[in-house]
Amino acid sequence: MPVGTQGTLKGITVDQLEALGCEICLGNTYHLGMRPGPELIKKANGLHGFMNWKRNLLTDSGGFQMVSLIELSEVTEEGVKFRSPYDGKEILLTPEESINIQNALGSDIMMQLDDVVSSTVSGPRVEEAMHRSIRWLDRCIKANKNPERQNLFAIIQGGLNPELRKKCLEEMTKRDVPGFAIGGLSGGEEKDHFWKMVTLSTDDLPRDKPRYLMGVGYATDLVVCVALGCDMFDCVFPTRTARFGTALVPWGSLQLRHKQFAKDFQPIDPDCECATCKRYSRAFIHALFKTNTAAMHHITIHNIAYQLTLMRSVRQSIVEKRFPDFVRSFMSRMYSGKGGYPEWAVEALASVNIALE
Amino acid sequence: MKLDISKVVNGCRLGSIRHLGKNADQVLDVPGCILYTRSGAAPHLTQETLETIEKMPAVTQVTLSTLAEHQEVLEDYKAGAASFLGVPNSVLYCSLHDPASPFPTGFMTNKTVSVWGSGGRIEMTPSKFMALQEAVKPDWFQSMADGDTSGQHTSWKRVRKSVDRTIVFLDECLKLQKESPNLKNAQVFGVVEGADDLEERVRSAQETAKRPVAGFVLDGFQKHTMSKELRSKLISAVMAELPDDKPRLVQGIGRPDDVLDCVEAGVDLFESFFPYQVTERGCALSFNYSYQIDPETEVLRKNNAVNDEVTGERCTEDLEGQMTSFEMDLKDKRYCDDFTPLLHDCSCYCCRNHTRAYIHHLLITNELLSGVLLMIHNFHHYFGFFRSLRQALQDGHLDKLKQHLVGHRCLDPQKT
Repeated sequence: MPVGTQGTLKGITVDQLEALGCEICLGNTYHLGMRPGPELIKKANGLHGFMNWKRNLLTDSGGFQMVSLIELSEVTEEGVKFRSPYDGKEILLTPEESINIQNALGSDIMMQLDDVVSSTVSGPRVEEAMHRSIRWLDRCIKANKNPERQNLFAIIQGGLNPELRKKCLEEMTKRDVPGFAIGGLSGGEEKDHFWKMVTLSTDDLPRDKPRYLMGVGYATDLVVCVALGCDMFDCVFPTRTARFGTALVPWGSLQLRHKQFAKDFQPIDPDCECATCKRYSRAFIHALFKTNTAAMHHITIHNIAYQLTLMRSVRQSIVEKRFPDFVRSFMSRMYSGKGGYPEWAVEALASVNIALE
Repeated sequence: MKLDISKVVNGCRLGSIRHLGKNADQVLDVPGCILYTRSGAAPHLTQETLETIEKMPAVTQVTLSTLAEHQEVLEDYKAGAASFLGVPNSVLYCSLHDPASPFPTGFMTNKTVSVWGSGGRIEMTPSKFMALQEAVKPDWFQSMADGDTSGQHTSWKRVRKSVDRTIVFLDECLKLQKESPNLKNAQVFGVVEGADDLEERVRSAQETAKRPVAGFVLDGFQKHTMSKELRSKLISAVMAELPDDKPRLVQGIGRPDDVLDCVEAGVDLFESFFPYQVTERGCALSFNYSYQIDPETEVLRKNNAVNDEVTGERCTEDLEGQMTSFEMDLKDKRYCDDFTPLLHDCSCYCCRNHTRAYIHHLLITNELLSGVLLMIHNFHHYFGFFRSLRQALQDGHLDKLKQHLVGHRCLDPQKT
């Protein structure tokens, strides 16, 4: 699910996004709650109306900003106090207010406000956050004015502590929510711990409800976590890295602003069918970066196409009962010549009976 | 290529330039504009977003300021800039400078001119200039010229020198073109200099007209301090020396009122950097270029126009980067909850799909999409203006178009 934080996917029109085959993208409650604010978006017929996106939207609750904008926030049982970076004003984001904003945004999937703690933190704060997230889930469920149309997902927390995660899962699955997210795991923790928490969560989450792994977006991580039982993912990585000149390809990535691409007249990926690869060369995009924002847009389009195609191939291989082979061939292409597969990925895949050569 | 003038009305030439492009089947109507690009591509736009704009000009302007630094790349590529840029069927006109970026004065010499790329100044002799043309492979290109006369106090001597040098450069370029099989089919446009000196302007025009060029570029009218009257006088004097059957392009003129003045003085072609400048300041072109009066929509338009225009004294002098009366400032708070399109009767992608409130939000939050959507609208509107201008000439209603264009902001909505 590509991320369009402020009601736009940076530099891409909704038509282009539709043409890429994107079915759902993200908006952010904290950012949109600040600017332009829920009242205005309500007047615009919700976020769909405001940005003119006819397909689906998922909104994050504002929870992650607690971690990413830590200097500006303070957490209490009531909610999160933010100091706005734009005008210094203090905002209190409670579970009720987060749901209120998301109701105004009218997103198809909403996320509960969770007490998010960085995965590099350990100790009692993690346990406190886990329990609070459960209480906040209940407050969110109660506050949802639109349960028929807007699907509120719970977010499993518990840091890197298996007992805490299990407890959280146990409690949250007692609530009748349409889907579950696995939260708190995309913040630079060791990959070894990361995959174990993912698999622990998917082991015990209901099989008939979607599992959304938040903040995961590197290609390898996507493939491995699908193997571990996750269904949905979001990440700013593909679009953000595009704006810095990095194009994603099945064998890694190309930093197109580097001199080495100045005279490289092939497309980013000769096998890619996106609008960028059908028409433009690496050399052209390299040159374009000097004066024209369109360079970023070309790569953004390619990177989104890359990710959506990857996931489509994953789905296809599952349907055709050849997913393990797909994984093997994906990994082989990505890591050939790179001195072997990452250990954590080998272990994680082995845990679900996919052996890499 | 062939210029056919079908009509001349009060000095305005109406017609078409035919047989353009690889298959000699493309047409550029005049008076008209050519597509402005940066590093060869429309600013902010990919081919998909560009193609949402109806009836694009048949000719695209590329500039040596943005392409010169890629000379080696283009030489290695061999197939020319159009192909490199992913638009192999485009008709390219190659100019020296980027019209939206003023260059520092004092660097031209008797043997060289300079352009300023992303990495700094690139100096070129006629040889290097022509080598660049061989690499770019444009359909048209302006000859190498010294137009560095926009400084505050350019002396008469300096003006004379620019005219002399430009003629010498032209002869050099034509000579090198003869010797270059790769540039056989490229059309060279001679450049008329002369700053604000009438005699030098006439001399430059006469000399340039003596050479076998395919068209003429009028340079040196970018100066904001030149009065409209002087500009028109100089342009008319230049035109009197030029053959009727060759196109005339004026550089650095973009505001609609200036365009009209120049068309009346006999200019055929303009660049389209003005919509880009409007985009960069977060504004949308909103001037009325219709000339047909439908009483109902007229009332609507007048009311909208007054609500949108900033009331009170508006500076009509378009100093660098300053907003003109032809545009609306979407960063203005008043648009934050305005859910109407930029212009209610505009059929561009932006106006069909988005609202003022949304564009306002994109500008306030510094989002890249604002540039994309505004560029689409602004190009669309600008090209529409030229279409309307041609139609007005065809129908004999230029005066009505002028009235609407220049007069509408003075209208009082009470007096309907």
